[in-house]
Amino acid sequence: MLPVLFGVTLLVFLMTAFSPGDPVVAMLGESAQGISREALEELRTQLGLDRPLPAQYAAYVGGLLRGDLGVSIRSRRPVLAEIADRLPATIELAVAALAVAVALGVTLGVVAAVRKRTWVDGAAIAVALVGVSVPVFWSGFLLMIVFALELGWLPASGRGSVRHLILPAVTVGVSSAAFIARITRGAVLEALGQDYVRTAHAKGVAPRRVVVRHALRNALLPIVTVVGLQLGGLLGGAVLTETVFAWPGVGRMLVDAILARDLPLVQGSVLVISLIFILVNLAVDLSYAAINPKVRYG
Amino acid sequence: MADVGRARGAWVRAWRSPAARRFRRHPGSWVGGGIVLLLVLVAAFAPHLADRPPNQQNLRARLQPPSVEQPFGTDEFGRSVYSRVLHGARLSLLTGLVPVALALALGSAIGLVAGYFRGRLDAMLMRAMDVLLAFPSLLLALAVVGTLGPGIGNAVIAIAIVNVPQYARIVRSVVLGAREEEYVQAARALGAGDTRVMWFHVAPNALGPVVVQATLGIGFAILAIAGLSFLGLGVQPPVSDWGEMLARGRRFLPGATWLMVFPGLAVSLTVLGFNLLGDALRDALDPRA
Repeated sequence: MLPVLFGVTLLVFLMTAFSPGDPVVAMLGESAQGISREALEELRTQLGLDRPLPAQYAAYVGGLLRGDLGVSIRSRRPVLAEIADRLPATIELAVAALAVAVALGVTLGVVAAVRKRTWVDGAAIAVALVGVSVPVFWSGFLLMIVFALELGWLPASGRGSVRHLILPAVTVGVSSAAFIARITRGAVLEALGQDYVRTAHAKGVAPRRVVVRHALRNALLPIVTVVGLQLGGLLGGAVLTETVFAWPGVGRMLVDAILARDLPLVQGSVLVISLIFILVNLAVDLSYAAINPKVRYG
Repeated sequence: MADVGRARGAWVRAWRSPAARRFRRHPGSWVGGGIVLLLVLVAAFAPHLADRPPNQQNLRARLQPPSVEQPFGTDEFGRSVYSRVLHGARLSLLTGLVPVALALALGSAIGLVAGYFRGRLDAMLMRAMDVLLAFPSLLLALAVVGTLGPGIGNAVIAIAIVNVPQYARIVRSVVLGAREEEYVQAARALGAGDTRVMWFHVAPNALGPVVVQATLGIGFAILAIAGLSFLGLGVQPPVSDWGEMLARGRRFLPGATWLMVFPGLAVSLTVLGFNLLGDALRDALDPRA
């Protein structure tokens, strides 16, 4: 965990070093045009950009620990404040999309496994394949055209009520559901072939109970793992979906920051989203022990 | 003459192998292969199949809905959407193949070196791969484009970097097992150097899983580049590209839905084709999966 955190912060820090052009000029934006070379050098010294890279990195990490992610070039506001304004919207969308993905993906996967090699299984696999192949930004527009513009049932864009959340959450959730369905199908199929399932059937346990209490429960480890990994897909998908539905989240802000060459805001957004992804996957790892008592840590 | 005979024999053996037989019987191989073949043909013959050049404007025929003369309608400059979709296949195929080829070359080399030499080098390289995997993939691509600046070249580099860890991990896991095999020990005993053993005796073992990953990776790359272009960070106008067409088409909703429908269908079908082909290859090479 610590080496990965070190690597992530290092990579985000190095974005400035790899960025073409002078970081001070980029930081000043248009106002850099009237500034003399001496003034630029002085500013570079003030910001510590004339120091060796390891010293700059140490200062950067020190700033991170104090909650200082720099200042946005465009708005001149602290990056942390900008992200804090937008993060609740992204988390709201990601949680709603995850709920859609898990509900749809697990149901589809279990049904496909139970009805193995029937038309139901074939249809579930086909739906999952199409779900993986269709770009979220296109499916989002199709849903918007049908349910918002043609039928007028739901709002086309913006954030405010639960009704605003439905279309973006379904758009992102369906593509992740496809991955979850594939893993669930495989894991449940494997569990259904185990001796304890045969024993449960032999004891006269109801088929539905066998699937839910015996097979699905034992298939949970790979499912929970893929759900954790899908959060990355959801956060990535959210960048595109936030653009489609004008959802005021970190993803939309990140794209705007890239187009405006606002590097501190890009760095801050990438770092915060990555840290959330790392923490969620750590939580998934720790949940293994709760799901399966055979897993022990330490 | 003997070489030609040997080569033909190898092809016949490969064609008759159980994996090839499983691949041929898999419905995904036919449907996916058919879609990919169609895409390749469309990309190759786009100028002959299109009714006019993709950038030819006709301002008197702006935003025309699909008709007999304009099968996919026209855009805001009166350009043929049909011609732009056909020509877009060229760039999509290229932007799918190039990042995968780059990632495959770099990732396989890293995995091969890490798995073969093990020790500190392995630990260091694999920690670096873990760091890249710690970022959600599209976010890492955005970070790279955010650093280097928008444009198709940088988008291709971004998607290649995102894919490197997958190939490194696959190749390393295969190499770790293969390097202990008796034929590898025998090659070493006969005096073969590390480079020769790595490339000629160990690396071929990873070919199957790497081919599967690459086929599935092309679909992901096409999807990701289309996503970046849609955000205005990949292909820039006036180049015919499906993602860029979708980005511009959304400005004319709800009226001109055809500007969204046809490029979106083209991306989805292409990605579906590569995914079906990748799935069929995986099922054929690893029947347990």
